[in-house]
Amino acid sequence: MKQSLTLNKVTKFVGLGFLGTLKDLFTGKLEKEDFKTVLRKTIVPIASIFLFIGLWHMGAKTLYNIEADYKINKALKEQGQAAADATAACIASGDISCQPNSLPSPAQVWESYKSLLRDHSIISADKAAFKEKTAALNEKRIAEGKIPIVYTGRPSFVDQIFRSLKTVFAGFLLALLIAVPLGIFIGLSPTLKSSFNWFIQIFKPVSPVVWYLLVFMIVKTLLIDSSEDSSFTISFISVGLCSMWATLVNTAMGVSSVDKDYINVAKVLKLGSAQKIFKVVLPSSLPLIFTGLKITLSVAWMVLIAIELLAQSPGLGLFVWEEFQNGANDSNSKIIVAMFVIGIIGFLLDRLMLTIQNAVSFDKTDAI
Amino acid sequence: MSTILENKTTKSHTDNGLFPSNDVMLDLKKLKKVYPTPKGDYVVLEDLNLQIKKEEFVTIIGHSGCGKTTMLSMIAGLNPISGGNISVLGKYIKGPGPDRGVIFQAPSLMPWMTSLQNVLLGVNKVFPHATKGERHDIAKYYLQKVGLEGAFIKKASELSQGMQQRVGIARAFAIKPKVLLLDEPFGMLDSLTRGELQDILIEIWNKEKITAVMITHDVDEAIFLADRVVMMTSGPKAKIGDILNIDFERPRTRKAVLEHDDYYKYRKHLIDFLEH
Repeated sequence: MKQSLTLNKVTKFVGLGFLGTLKDLFTGKLEKEDFKTVLRKTIVPIASIFLFIGLWHMGAKTLYNIEADYKINKALKEQGQAAADATAACIASGDISCQPNSLPSPAQVWESYKSLLRDHSIISADKAAFKEKTAALNEKRIAEGKIPIVYTGRPSFVDQIFRSLKTVFAGFLLALLIAVPLGIFIGLSPTLKSSFNWFIQIFKPVSPVVWYLLVFMIVKTLLIDSSEDSSFTISFISVGLCSMWATLVNTAMGVSSVDKDYINVAKVLKLGSAQKIFKVVLPSSLPLIFTGLKITLSVAWMVLIAIELLAQSPGLGLFVWEEFQNGANDSNSKIIVAMFVIGIIGFLLDRLMLTIQNAVSFDKTDAI
Repeated sequence: MSTILENKTTKSHTDNGLFPSNDVMLDLKKLKKVYPTPKGDYVVLEDLNLQIKKEEFVTIIGHSGCGKTTMLSMIAGLNPISGGNISVLGKYIKGPGPDRGVIFQAPSLMPWMTSLQNVLLGVNKVFPHATKGERHDIAKYYLQKVGLEGAFIKKASELSQGMQQRVGIARAFAIKPKVLLLDEPFGMLDSLTRGELQDILIEIWNKEKITAVMITHDVDEAIFLADRVVMMTSGPKAKIGDILNIDFERPRTRKAVLEHDDYYKYRKHLIDFLEH
């Protein structure tokens, strides 16, 4: 009983509430009257997933056929019937060299997903072996005050995911540290508000690409002597700067729109400014601050891909770009795998923020 | 002049209609409030004079928009004074302060704090030298007085409106103000809850005898709680229209008040004033 309750909670939390309902259906917990609920909450969402995959499969097949027909026709026009027959036979045989390269089908994407995981376990094993091999040497090097040897091989897909998460969290933290205090000051002082307003209005709509270039100009000069790779620094600062605006605006709005009654209470009790800010203003604006942070995190995740691509900073963005440049037979399906991974991680990050928001905010109604 | 007044033993009005000055807790003199509008100044209150004695419970009644709340928030120091002055125990007020506790129309509790924390917010400020235990005892004492002994650690947002207003009452009494200002504190409650809270309020008040000024729309509430009912004229340029002394003995019970011969006389007086 208790277990199923937590399962329901967990599935609801990740927005897959129908799994809980499905379990209730099989454990016989649901009455017949609930059939409509089951239909709406379980069968329809699952059916929509199958429908989506089906449409995708048919679409991919159509695109595949269009490109195959074009290839055969081209061979026929340029080289005659024999070449056309050879091309058709080659395509039918599934030979990699002549496969049409279009939207991959769900099955191909699934294959690529598995191959990426295999690739990861190979690289991990390689890394572990490398570590073992260099362990003794590195100890000696550290003892001698030298830099230890690190693994410099190609990162696996999973490594890229973690690298991206690291970048996005660094950027998010930067946004939080800049935007929340600044937002509080702006919200508290009408003078600051009017002096900062133009700044916010002008820089808020600037594209991630431009932010990246700006950060690049500055960081490149600042780190001119450093031999280290600055791509991580540049990309997380750009992500932070792109995504902080929602938090800045929301914090300022939350702080400046605290219920007048609360302010009056603080005035009547003659609370000092620190107490007023920490006991009244901040708690009361927490829901709006968290709404801002939630938007910031999802914007950060969204712009991250573009910025990693520009900064050549390892991560999912660079992975996607390299696969596209690569143009190998399974590149397209690897890109689609990355797309799903990006989407799912973005969704989970959003849920994570929602949970934190619900935990810290007093108002349980407006956090959706 | 003041020595002559002080020699008088009578507790009620002196010859010129003023109380002996050392009996006066709250003194409003020639109070004026003006709101500037694009079409010129709008005068809400003008030449408003009112004295309230120590340990007196005064209710203020008048039509909506006549400036009752404006007057109360001026006493609280939350609204600037345009002319005249307000003094508490002979000292002019400058801005808000915990010597004038306010119970607002909306309970105005911090919803993210427990009821105990809400009361402590004021207690900590007013009794900075007390130990933590003493401050908790004060807050708990008043929460018990308003019937919330089981709800110390409940979040304010989890309490009903009536419960929240009880915390509001506890919060106001716990800071031991010189004057208690109540701005239609029960206006948003249903009549049953309102009756309960009136009883709670008057019970604590009988013990503490804090000078109280309360705005209300409810004629029965005004009579039941007050030593004097102050009637305000309708705005603009509102002032004191009439004052009715309520001579019921204290402590009062609702039943005794309702059965008293003078009750309907008082009621008629107030309703006549409001209808004209």
